[in-house]
Amino acid sequence: MDTTARRGPNRRQLLLGGAAVGVGAAAALGADRAGLLPGPGPQADTAGVNGERIVPFHGAHQAGVTSAPGAYATYAAFDLLDGTDRTGMRAWLSLLSDDAARITQGRGALADLEPELAIRPAGLTATFGLGREAVRRIGAAVPDWLAPLPAFPQIDALEDRWSGGDLVVLLHGDDRTAISHLLRMLVRDSRGFATLRWRQDGFRRAYGSDPHGTTMRNLFGQVDGSTTPKPEDEGFAAAVWAGSDAPAWLRGGTSLVLRRIAMNLETWDEVGVDGRENAVGRRLSDGAPLTGGSEHDDVDLEATDASGFTVVNPAAHVARARVEDPARRIVRIGYNYDDPVEAGALDSQGRPAVSNVGLLFGSWQRDVATQFTPLQQRMAEVDLLNTWTTPIGSGVWAIPPGCAEGGFVGETLFA
Amino acid sequence: MFTRPRYLATAALALAAATALAGCASDTASAEDALTVTDPWVKSVDSGMTAGFGTLTNATDEDLTVVAASSDAAPMVELHEVVDGQMQEKDGGFTVPAGGSVTLQPGGLHLMLMGVEEPIAAGDEVAFTLELEDGATVEFTATAKDFDGGNEDYDGESMEMDHSADADESH
Repeated sequence: MDTTARRGPNRRQLLLGGAAVGVGAAAALGADRAGLLPGPGPQADTAGVNGERIVPFHGAHQAGVTSAPGAYATYAAFDLLDGTDRTGMRAWLSLLSDDAARITQGRGALADLEPELAIRPAGLTATFGLGREAVRRIGAAVPDWLAPLPAFPQIDALEDRWSGGDLVVLLHGDDRTAISHLLRMLVRDSRGFATLRWRQDGFRRAYGSDPHGTTMRNLFGQVDGSTTPKPEDEGFAAAVWAGSDAPAWLRGGTSLVLRRIAMNLETWDEVGVDGRENAVGRRLSDGAPLTGGSEHDDVDLEATDASGFTVVNPAAHVARARVEDPARRIVRIGYNYDDPVEAGALDSQGRPAVSNVGLLFGSWQRDVATQFTPLQQRMAEVDLLNTWTTPIGSGVWAIPPGCAEGGFVGETLFA
Repeated sequence: MFTRPRYLATAALALAAATALAGCASDTASAEDALTVTDPWVKSVDSGMTAGFGTLTNATDEDLTVVAASSDAAPMVELHEVVDGQMQEKDGGFTVPAGGSVTLQPGGLHLMLMGVEEPIAAGDEVAFTLELEDGATVEFTATAKDFDGGNEDYDGESMEMDHSADADESH
């Protein structure tokens, strides 16, 4: 194995990887590929350009928060071994960052016998988060909100096997092979410190299926996440990055809430298009508000129809989820899941279940208690979508800031 | 990266030793620029034997030969190769060709650590010193990794060579 040859960037990496600074990268790539795949018809893709796309690991923020969500995501959560103390946490976090810093950049990890699996990162990012216990073991200040969410008894049916974890990592990118390889290295390097608690895999449309920047569709068919702020939007920073009111180690970081939301396709099947659109407040075809315009236009919650009722049902999802103050918004990162039906599972009518699908609802926010929790509380009380959705997993983690080359994510907790 | 406190002290000793060693050499200063070690790592172990790996790159226009190695984590370090599945000491050391590189990896060339007494745990940083033919030295630290792969056996069962003779030679 000769790594020397790989160290020099080739022409395409200079062209693409070099331009791949933060969120502009994927957009630049889209423009580049437009020239590579001329015309609307089927074309052989002989370039492999997207496979070589690199999102820098090092920086002020962890890359997975600001880079465009890849086509695939894997979340993995770990439980600390009893003996993992502050020193062990430091060693473990160093190893994890080292693996991620190498594999996201298209190189094998240390002690990697399959470095060939790393050479097509396809925009792979790794984002690490710490639960309350991990922060406590290190001895750093624990943010008040770093704890399980309050119970939402109206909707929750949480299961331990999809909830919690002392450390979480979110891997997202356009190539599942790269994700798989990085996960394997991370899990292998965790053996001395923690056990794998759970793993959750999600997907969006494959790279290249939609124009870049297209809002995802969930498995109800809805355009999902039209209003979520993008890193280039005004308001993103205020909503996401922890500031002076957070512990010093978290500044430049954020928080992650992950809710595993089961979606009942059988009962959803019973609803016609009108009912479905009424539940959300948007058109299914293109995600435009029922009050007109196109996807990214504001929903007019006051508009009334001929009989005087509001066009958008006040209990519709868009009405309940709206947050006026930009600094109180959350930034969503959603992924569909479609897992094998579990043995013995029944649907709502007592028949053998035929689907096991849902949404990995992730969100970044500066402060869980003032942003996520009130929003979830409001939707738990009333949201027509609750008819068909059930949160079955939940977790909250602090997302430390990024690190410079030679450092590791989490180093600020040891300052 | 990160160094556990117990290595901090010993690393300083190793540095002093290396300096003394370099002082013995005729006129060679540091060889750090000539020979670089990238991606170094060492297999974690509770005690006994383990191995270190990495890529040695020679920036000069003459071949360089590593003739000995030492570490603060083991009283004895040897330069090994694997031939037909058997580990043995590499005759003449590791020669890194001019302008080229040599990779130490499981199943091939490696630094063999023997007599490890204190556990080397995953995430530890272990200091090494390589000695070149002309007496110059190269220092680096390797990250310890848990590693089962590579069909390696460092427990000694498959090792038929006589380590005690080598030990006498190098000390």
